[in-house]
Amino acid sequence: MTLLVVKNLHKAFGGVAAARDISFEVERGELVALIGPNGAGKSTTFNIVGGQLAPDRGAVELDGVSIVHKPPRAIWRLGVGRTFQIAQTFVSMTATENVQMALQSAATATFGLWRSAHALKRDEAVALLDLVGLADSRDRSVGTLAYGDIKRVELAIALAGAPKLLLMDEPTAGMARGERGKLMQLIVSLARQRGVGVLFTEHDMDAVFAHASRVLVLVRGEIVARGTPAEVQADPLVRRMYLGTYVGARTAGGDGAGGGA
Amino acid sequence: MTPGQTSAILDVRGLDAFYGQAQSLFGVSLQIARGEAVALVGRNGAGKSTVMKAIMGLIDRRAQAMTFAGHDIRTRPTHHIARLGLGYVPEERRIFTDLTVAENLEVGRLPARGGRQIWTSTRLYEIFPNLGEMARRSAGHMSGGEQQMLSIARTLMGNPDAVLLDEPSEGLSPLIVEQMGQAIVEMKREGIAVLLSEQNLAFAATVAERALRIETGAITFDGPIEQLMDRIG
Amino acid sequence: MSLSFMIAQFLNGLASASSLFIVASGLTIVFGVTRIVNFAHGSLYMLGAYFAVTLMQPLLDLSRSFPMFLLGLLVAAALTGLVGLCIEVVLLRRVYRAPELLQLLITFGLVLVIEDLVVRIWGPLELLGPRAPGLRGAITIAGSQVPSYDLFLIAMGPLVFGLVWLVLHRTRFGILVRAATQDRDMVAALGVNQSLLFTGALFLGGALAGFGGALQIPRAAASPQMDIAILTDAFVVTVIGGMGSVPGAALAALIIGQLNAFGIALLPKSTLVLVFVLMAGVLIVRPYGLLGRPEPLSLRVAVPEGFTRLMPPTPALWLMCGLVVAALVVLPLLADAYSQKIAIEVLIFALAAFALAFLIGNGGVVSFGHAAYFGIGAYAAGLAVKRLGFGMEAALLLAPLAGAAGAAVFGVFVVRLQGIYLAMLTLAVAQIVYAVAVQWIEVTGGDNGIVGVWPARWAEGRVTYYYLTLGVSVTGIFVLHRMLHAPFGYALRAARDSAVRADAIGLDVGRLRLLAFMIAGAATALAGGLYAFSKGSIDPTLLAIPQSVDFLAMLLIGGIQQIGGALAGAAALHLLRVWALPLGDMWRMVLGLTIIAIVLVSPQGIVGGVAQLVQRQRRARTSS
Repeated sequence: MTLLVVKNLHKAFGGVAAARDISFEVERGELVALIGPNGAGKSTTFNIVGGQLAPDRGAVELDGVSIVHKPPRAIWRLGVGRTFQIAQTFVSMTATENVQMALQSAATATFGLWRSAHALKRDEAVALLDLVGLADSRDRSVGTLAYGDIKRVELAIALAGAPKLLLMDEPTAGMARGERGKLMQLIVSLARQRGVGVLFTEHDMDAVFAHASRVLVLVRGEIVARGTPAEVQADPLVRRMYLGTYVGARTAGGDGAGGGA
Repeated sequence: MTPGQTSAILDVRGLDAFYGQAQSLFGVSLQIARGEAVALVGRNGAGKSTVMKAIMGLIDRRAQAMTFAGHDIRTRPTHHIARLGLGYVPEERRIFTDLTVAENLEVGRLPARGGRQIWTSTRLYEIFPNLGEMARRSAGHMSGGEQQMLSIARTLMGNPDAVLLDEPSEGLSPLIVEQMGQAIVEMKREGIAVLLSEQNLAFAATVAERALRIETGAITFDGPIEQLMDRIG
Repeated sequence: MSLSFMIAQFLNGLASASSLFIVASGLTIVFGVTRIVNFAHGSLYMLGAYFAVTLMQPLLDLSRSFPMFLLGLLVAAALTGLVGLCIEVVLLRRVYRAPELLQLLITFGLVLVIEDLVVRIWGPLELLGPRAPGLRGAITIAGSQVPSYDLFLIAMGPLVFGLVWLVLHRTRFGILVRAATQDRDMVAALGVNQSLLFTGALFLGGALAGFGGALQIPRAAASPQMDIAILTDAFVVTVIGGMGSVPGAALAALIIGQLNAFGIALLPKSTLVLVFVLMAGVLIVRPYGLLGRPEPLSLRVAVPEGFTRLMPPTPALWLMCGLVVAALVVLPLLADAYSQKIAIEVLIFALAAFALAFLIGNGGVVSFGHAAYFGIGAYAAGLAVKRLGFGMEAALLLAPLAGAAGAAVFGVFVVRLQGIYLAMLTLAVAQIVYAVAVQWIEVTGGDNGIVGVWPARWAEGRVTYYYLTLGVSVTGIFVLHRMLHAPFGYALRAARDSAVRADAIGLDVGRLRLLAFMIAGAATALAGGLYAFSKGSIDPTLLAIPQSVDFLAMLLIGGIQQIGGALAGAAALHLLRVWALPLGDMWRMVLGLTIIAIVLVSPQGIVGGVAQLVQRQRRARTSS
């Protein structure tokens, strides 16, 4: 059975349509990229699948079960882990505690009133942080981490629920170029090994074209093109509407500056 | 001091900015001459908006030096900076939706510093006819393009000598983008310096001569905009 | 019900709606611009009334005419406006960027100071003002007598609404006020000096409060208690109308005016409950009030120290706690009877304050009505003993159950809200409970309360009762502390840090917060029960706003994040009170000034401040 089926999704805010008739599918083990300019409806689509928003019309099914109008916490329990465009973490806690929290929730231990939580699921949390490359900073408060590392914490949190589907809103934002490739490779291997479907948005086109199995191009709330990375890159409509304006990484080497972080 | 510096209306050296504890700008330096239009380009999240907010004092920042029209603006409150003649048009437009169009313009009105009141609501209604038609209506009922025009017009009511324009073309239809370009040309004609942040390099090239590229919070290119376009190809 | 009765009630309702609106519009304007909920608004109302009482007689002696009366009202309003202006310039200006909790406490500090000043200047007794010349009689409308002054009031409401509307829409100042209500930073970026705007808003708000107070003097005497009385009404109106919305305040005032007029006539004892039901109902359907709008920027009620990490308890901490408990165990052997009594009270307050810290510091649920649960516990214990014939032990078991039940009923509504609306609803709830305690005389004894709530025979001795209190309080704090370090406490803090993220990892934020609310309510009610037996009597002041503020002040003084903060704060505040009480009414001034000083000087509180110093030194040592 197809992992995620999105059918004819529609959502408007105050008369302005943010998503129009959006339909797509995500299979197990594949990475589907959702790209498009700012305000194209990427985050709206994400928030509908994640349950943070209710659509005006349309269906979302995970493994054949409708998840539209379910609260995010129920959707998470059905196997959807996600990261947010503006990272959402528990800022007063350490990286490990953030992941422990998600693991404890997965084990439905969060109404426990007596036993200390400090060591509960700690080893598993440390293992997940190792996996996303954050072993060294695991006992630092997330409030003091660099943005790229906070995104890694979010990924570890999302993985704590052993998800079938990962929703990743700009997973490599705030990371140096070398790190981006490594993180994307990690996500690819996780998807392959664990049969996780991944839906992600990304402004770094290198990350998209190198790692996505399929690409959906969203402009003003509509999917205007879809296909393999090669097909989408070659699409003249896409070049005109979106990629033409993209100040890409391809030229960065030419400046000899190479970015700050 | 190099000759270029003395003519700069806005001169920023080594600007760092912070969101809470996280540093988001790393030693940004830029100069803009009187009447010059400069494009600030870079991808989402590179720090374009942050540069503008930091200059206006809307977020925590520190700089080695930062002057506007010869005044040190490092420790001045936001409203002082605006009153020196530095206008700001934010990316989110941030118009006052509870107020009418005319009232929005009134909030932006400042006494002219040189004595000459260049921008009046009458003139702005000529440049943006849509605004004139809606003057008495609530600004909350406007389309995205109209809100963008209002946001620019509101800032011009302060008779600025320079304007920070954050992503003026974002999310607008090509027709409106064209009008936006005309408005910027009009501003240049009145001698207003413009720092324009853009993702749309083609649009930026129609109004700006020089470009600055920002990547992960630092400036990585400063030169003629054609040169940047050639590099990107 | 006759038609003439209906008309009389309707007009009566309109008159009170007018008065309510005039006061509430000032509160809502000040909140809209400064984002500060000004507790001292009621004090300004009171000052307006006193100014009017003082000014009116000399003015009327000059010429006994209605215009002179009107002039008196306006001068009183202007003077009150000037007081508001001074408050902004001297105090509020310093706390605009501070957490809401501190802003609230500083304005409450002002309430205490002004109350004392009023008693010093005008004396503690009620002062009657002169009647309005030409408006002393009554007019017969549809067969019922309506006081002419009521008709004057009915006219003043729309008149003030019109004037405020003109100021807000036809003057540059008003346009800037409305713009700033929506987006303060943008207004600054357009070159507007916010300080002037805020000062102006406080003048306008103060003048409206003062005008509202001055208008009351022909109907009711000015008294030092009128500040708190009007405050609750004004809060309810602004919350129902939507904070920052003047038309909203007008609409809400109309609804509440009529609800009160007909409610009193039909169900005399039910008005406050009706108002609560209305408020809760409105906030469920519209969480930002009838005509309010969501906060432009995410407004979350932050605690003074920010959200610091909860460290696992270290052996050193346990050792310190052990030493403190040991000291408390030997204390009665060294102290006289009076000091033992004080110590009992400090221990009781420490438990209640710790429960509040549990809720605010970890749940992010800022309760302004914590005294409600303290009082519920005290009344439950007292009533159980006096009316149901329970023993002390059973009564002390019943108290936390009653507290949890009360917290469950109100919490269902409270935890759905955010930020300042949540805080205001907790306050309103506390006022409802207070009103029930005052009005339901047959059960609660009204203002006199319940007397003769004595401990069981075995616990009668003061030292025995001290040890009972020590045992219960220390156990209570220990249990709450365990919960904070258990998965539940983690989940609670997670929901506080990011509700969106918590929801996205399967946490039921609403249920977590409700459970926290109930646990805190139970612990506080247990403290209330202990308090009832220690005093032997209960009265409604246990449930009143000042008691709620006391608990907040204890946390402010002691610090929220540290385990010892509640105890230190309770001890410091209570000792301050005991020390200042012989000064007569001056203790309010001392307390008020103390609160103001702490907010301005050391917002982390005593324990928080010390902990920060220690941390800084440790850091300096490790880095050198």
